Amino acid sequence: MFPAKESRFLPMPFHSLLLFIVWLLLNNTLAFGHILLALFFAWAIPKLVSMLKHGHPTIKKPWLALRYALLVMKDILVANIEVALIVLGPLNKIHPSFIAIPLDIKSDLGVTLFASTISLTPGTVSTEISEDRKWLYVHALHMDDPEQMIKEAKERYEVPLKEILGC
Amino acid sequence: MEFWLESLVAIVLVIGGVFLLIGSIGLVRLPDIYTRLHGPTKATTLGIAGLLLASSVVSSFAEGSISIHEWLITLFLLITAPVSANMIAKTALHHGLPAIERTKGQELMEQANRQAPPTGMTTSLESDAKDKQP
Repeated sequence: MFPAKESRFLPMPFHSLLLFIVWLLLNNTLAFGHILLALFFAWAIPKLVSMLKHGHPTIKKPWLALRYALLVMKDILVANIEVALIVLGPLNKIHPSFIAIPLDIKSDLGVTLFASTISLTPGTVSTEISEDRKWLYVHALHMDDPEQMIKEAKERYEVPLKEILGC
Repeated sequence: MEFWLESLVAIVLVIGGVFLLIGSIGLVRLPDIYTRLHGPTKATTLGIAGLLLASSVVSSFAEGSISIHEWLITLFLLITAPVSANMIAKTALHHGLPAIERTKGQELMEQANRQAPPTGMTTSLESDAKDKQP
């Protein structure tokens, strides 16, 4: 059921570690009982779901991933202020628009991250993806130049994501 | 608690609250469902993050130990907000809800609904994109 090089006991070591930490953080404790419980969850949940996953998206460059996270956080802040100004300003001046962004990124995780980033950053929400995974449909709250915006989104988010995921 | 810390918490709370309020105002003021999506996805994430940051600081000092699970809530919000916005947008498209008239690129709505590649786009990198029917 599992690929040969994977351990049967811990099919997803990284996820196990993450689950262990998140459980302790959620409970805000280091009590012995909770550590036992966290260990159990960290072992049992990955074992249960490992047969559901296909493909192994991995982070190839953690350092770049951290930089990407900081960039997105900064952009979320900027996005908020921009949207706030639009919302409070005169609404008959905004030009909403649908656009299609061509996707270069292939993996499921990559597309998900890209679409989520688009949704969280300046004035755009991802709405739909084409069946062949080559186009992402996006709704923009205000847009003057679609070409420019597509270029910017691709350079700013897709290029680093491709590098991080190595695909 | 120190005075400067209290003022910091107060400021963060007010900023968070203001963003939440603006998000809600956006929900009321914006003209159609697609534009309305923008308020909640962005303003609420930052607003809630501000409130949770304040909560984290206060409880860290009240209990004397660092309280981090607020950060986890923020992280979950960051993951789930775009997904729910996307689902609402999808649903709106599939119900054929109209966008306001001056929305550009409305011809894309129908193609997006069929999940087909757009036709007649000049920015295509993969010009061989075939028009698939569902």
